[in-house]
Amino acid sequence: MSRVTPASIPDTQVMDRRNLDWYVDKAVQVLVFVGGVSAILFIIGIFVFITKEGFGFLTTTFDAQEFFTSPRWRPTSEHNPTYGALALIVGTASVTGLAMLVAVPFSLGAAIYIGEFATGKTREALKVLVELLAAIPSVVWGFIGLSMMNPLIIKLFNVPVGLNVLNAGVILGLMAAPIMTTIAEDSLKAVPDGYREAAEALGATRWQVIFKVVLPAAKNGLVAAVLLGVGRGFGETMAVLMASGHSINLPTSIFDSVRALTATIAAELGETAVGSDHYRALFTLGIFLFLITFLINLTADLVVRGIRKK
Amino acid sequence: MVEADRSSAAETDEVVSTAPVKVDVRNLTISYSGKTALRDVTLDIRQNEIFGIIGPANSGKTSFLRALNRMDLFIPGMKVDGSIVLDGREVRKWRNVYALRRRIGVVFPLPVGLPMSVYDNVALAPRLAGIKKRARLDPIVERCLQRAALWDEVKDRLDSLGSLLSGGQQQRLTIARALSQEPDLLLLDEFSIAVDPVTTMRIEEVLKELKQELTIVLVTNLVQQARRLADRTAFFLTGELVEVAATSALFSGEVNDERTRAYVEGRFG
Ligand SMILES: Nc1ncnc2c1ncn2[C@@H]1O[C@H](COP(=O)(O)OP(=O)(O)OP(=O)(O)O)[C@@H](O)[C@H]1O
Ligand SMILES: [Mg+2]
Repeated sequence: MSRVTPASIPDTQVMDRRNLDWYVDKAVQVLVFVGGVSAILFIIGIFVFITKEGFGFLTTTFDAQEFFTSPRWRPTSEHNPTYGALALIVGTASVTGLAMLVAVPFSLGAAIYIGEFATGKTREALKVLVELLAAIPSVVWGFIGLSMMNPLIIKLFNVPVGLNVLNAGVILGLMAAPIMTTIAEDSLKAVPDGYREAAEALGATRWQVIFKVVLPAAKNGLVAAVLLGVGRGFGETMAVLMASGHSINLPTSIFDSVRALTATIAAELGETAVGSDHYRALFTLGIFLFLITFLINLTADLVVRGIRKK
Repeated sequence: MVEADRSSAAETDEVVSTAPVKVDVRNLTISYSGKTALRDVTLDIRQNEIFGIIGPANSGKTSFLRALNRMDLFIPGMKVDGSIVLDGREVRKWRNVYALRRRIGVVFPLPVGLPMSVYDNVALAPRLAGIKKRARLDPIVERCLQRAALWDEVKDRLDSLGSLLSGGQQQRLTIARALSQEPDLLLLDEFSIAVDPVTTMRIEEVLKELKQELTIVLVTNLVQQARRLADRTAFFLTGELVEVAATSALFSGEVNDERTRAYVEGRFG
């Protein structure tokens, strides 16, 4: 009886059979892998496409010095077309810069209020509201810029045109603020309550808790929120096209009309002959935009990664 | 050996019973959204004693500490009734609760190293109080870390992140932080939950020293820890104060309630 009989040894061979769970697990792994790879392939495909279209221009007519330093974007000139993108770059940058001046205080303020002060129903209501704002299509924002902001700016500041850097910047700022608020609020929520409790126990006031403990702890998420807002500003087309005045200009004040990179592509691409210099120059603008937004998103991503490491 | 312990404990009893009252708690009742967590507790805590609070989970120990430093303000639904008089002044009459909290150090069950450097962790409270100069902060930081028995381990890495220290070190960092505001009342809530036995012993030694300078309320779920440290001990059970007495009496069987005897002897439930 005390002898160990062979039957009492568990039959590991039988246990180790591949059952349904095992197959399902493998199938899901394969599906997810295919999904991930195809997403990457699409992105590479898009990049290859715009590069290919712009390539001929880049290697022949393209003059880097003119592109980056000349404000003269005259692709349709009959005798001497010039492809200076400086005014467009400055246009996009000035609108985005102003937009961030508007959006950063708005969205951080809203995130702090929703995350740290609002409770219960108010908080839920505000979060829904912010998400609703984020869902407003950009053409609607453009419409607001065109039909409401335009006369308002003319009247308030007594300027001839209300479609300018100010208009587009404010519109773009309001447009980017909701998504920035959401991300900033998420990063505030990720700060453990224990930190707040510990600071409160030290006699910190609510503002001290927020400024000395919560914001520093959420720093990376907040930076990521701002960078994503910047990325959004650079990439936005419709609202900027409608609100900026769309005229080629090196702005000297916020009341000057400007033209954005994106808006230029959107407005001109339909009127060019496929394969012409103009067509390819527009694709070069696209490559440039792609690289900038890629860099911004990459930075945001690296910053967010920084959070997780901690 | 046991005899010696008993007699020294008896001596402290006498010292404590003549010491002035630090916190006078009368008919304290605490509820959360109408659900009572602590019912009609009356007791006093004397100056320079270690006042132990023992009791199983859910007995209301943490709630008691929260009421002392007015953490109820930030907990929606938490309601405190009765009176808590600290140094002759009702804590709920303080208009500036921040000033009140600065006099009370708190150590939570799980170590909370704030995500800033070791130095900044300890310097936070003095900075909040307006001390900005490095020359004044340095000695405070060093002294608090010394008192928390952590200085030797971190003096070369004061700039590294506080949240990267080991659990036991972070708990001592928390104690150093609590001391940095020069409190005269120190509340500890099950501080040894996430700390190894050796570190626990070191912290216990620290507490015995600190007792000379301040009053300590020690909530613990380790009955033996209360026995080792507390001058007097209160036994809480499901929101009720079963009894409060000199620790030596409780552990030598001089109890008024059989439930206390059962709990301290470890045969409960
Ligand atoms: N923030 C809160 N909101 C609602 N109810 C709470 C809250 N904190 C505690 N309670 C309730 O109050 C009662 C007492 O809890 P308390 O945390 O004071 O017990 P405790 O003695 O500290 O227990 P433990 O030993 O597990 O820490 C429990 O029934 C608990 O559910
Ligand atoms: Mg507790």
